[in-house]
Amino acid sequence: METIKQFSIFVENKQGKMAELTRLIADAGIDLRTLSLADTRDFGILRIIVNKPAETEALLRENGWTFKITSVIGVKVPDCPGGVATVLKALNEANVNVEYMYAFVNRTPGRADTVICVDDEEAAFSILRSKNIDLLTEAEAYDI
Amino acid sequence: MEKYWQADIETMSREDMKALQSERLVKQVRHVYDNVPYYRDLMDKKGVTPDDIQSVDDLHKLPFLSKADLREAYPTGMLAVPMKDCVRIHSTSGTTGRRVVAFYTQNDVDLWEDCCARAITAAGGTADDVCQVAYGYGLFTGGFGLNGGSHKVGCLTLPMSSGNTERQIQFMRDLGATILCCTPSYAAYIGETLHDMGLTPDDIQLKAGIFGAEPWTEEMRRSIEQSLGIKAYDIYGLTESSGPGVAFECCEQTGMHINEDHFIPEIIDPETGEVLPEGTVGELVFTSITKEAFPLLRYRTRDLCVLSRKKCSCGRTLIKMAKPKGRSDDMMIIRGVNVFPSQIETVLIEQGYSPNYLIEVDRKNNSDTLDISVEMNPEQFSDKVKDLQEKERSLAGAIKTMLGISPKVHLVAPKTITRSEGKAVRVIDKRKLHD
Ligand SMILES: [Zn+2]
Repeated sequence: METIKQFSIFVENKQGKMAELTRLIADAGIDLRTLSLADTRDFGILRIIVNKPAETEALLRENGWTFKITSVIGVKVPDCPGGVATVLKALNEANVNVEYMYAFVNRTPGRADTVICVDDEEAAFSILRSKNIDLLTEAEAYDI
Repeated sequence: MEKYWQADIETMSREDMKALQSERLVKQVRHVYDNVPYYRDLMDKKGVTPDDIQSVDDLHKLPFLSKADLREAYPTGMLAVPMKDCVRIHSTSGTTGRRVVAFYTQNDVDLWEDCCARAITAAGGTADDVCQVAYGYGLFTGGFGLNGGSHKVGCLTLPMSSGNTERQIQFMRDLGATILCCTPSYAAYIGETLHDMGLTPDDIQLKAGIFGAEPWTEEMRRSIEQSLGIKAYDIYGLTESSGPGVAFECCEQTGMHINEDHFIPEIIDPETGEVLPEGTVGELVFTSITKEAFPLLRYRTRDLCVLSRKKCSCGRTLIKMAKPKGRSDDMMIIRGVNVFPSQIETVLIEQGYSPNYLIEVDRKNNSDTLDISVEMNPEQFSDKVKDLQEKERSLAGAIKTMLGISPKVHLVAPKTITRSEGKAVRVIDKRKLHD
């Protein structure tokens, strides 16, 4: 199983909180590979994939941010009509629920790499493998 | 073997106590009538003379005093001895209006310190203990009261005052403090800081805590006991009646023994002023029968609670008061429903949340709004929005079950609600701004 470490960080909807967080990460020389923000009226959850997970974990802990490290799956989705649909259909067939998903931005021509968080990783892996859908390795995701 | 500070008083028979109270009350009423014109006027208006008071059974004939009276009599209108006979003052914070200044003779200070010594002894304190007093020192009664009690017992006393929490913990460790005295919210904060410093209760010698000066719940007690590895005892008092030590908890932890030889308690109906039978919830009223400088007769505390004479396993015969349900001025009326912050605190701790919360009440479109911000701990955080929203919904549901009205619950990040080193600010009522 090849899962990717994603940081999910709790960010209160207060002026400047998001800027403070992204500045902290940038100043530590950590690159964001991709990010997505889920927000409500009160709070947001910033989900990021970074090039230096160990450093990021230490940094967030030292600075008192509330976060979780979640394992997600990186899928190499062909950048063509129906690419994402194929993946979702496969997961659906295996009764795997997608909690959320978002894309990496424009990395490899011809591919739209996507981050998917599912409720049952094992089932997801086996169905994707059986459908010959390629997965991102950790190294590829962090782009080391 | 249970230890008492003044065994003769603390285990006195009911008949003897009643006789002692009656003798002191008769003398006190005469003292007040002769020396406090403000109260003499109240008695005259009610048509009561000192001769009408022959025993505690006549107590109900006397007029009440309220905080409003004390404000009106500010600063010296209630003083019953010449100022030159006083050795100390203390004062309320004055956050809800004009301050109340209380005066003490040397004898008043001595008796007050005895009351605090009873509390420390009941919490297991002896001359072998190291007592860390982290109540504020100054006009506030907490610091000096427990400091004096600790001296009497013979504990090594650490007069820390409140604040500088890491230094508190350093002294606690370096000097092996065994008893901590402060507000319950500050005790919770000290516990939290201890854990943040990577320490556990095994790293400190603390065995007991004496916490008071603000209302707190049983749930909060358990949470403090766990985080500091101690037994937490409640202590009750108010500046108007000398300070902490009016009542204190024993090993049973099922309510506080009232020092009846100094303070006669009554429970009244807050609406009608009628005295209620034992076991009924109502407003607590105290009559100080030994204070010389600032003797308040039938002072209405605004604290709602219940009294009990059930036999206590500690052997003390002093009547017990339950933890006050709340002070009548802490009570909020939201959408017509009576709400106490302690009710909300109970639900939060029951549901596994921290006792750090902030209640905001406002009025929008002529309807009251109730917003509660609650800190989640890192384990409660989920990276799924719907999980967090579900937590907010279920907490709001539990609070609705308790109160009968629906709040909006907002989960916030750990340690974002301001910690208190003294009395915690739990409620912001913005409706007052509009009035
Ligand atoms: Zn007892």
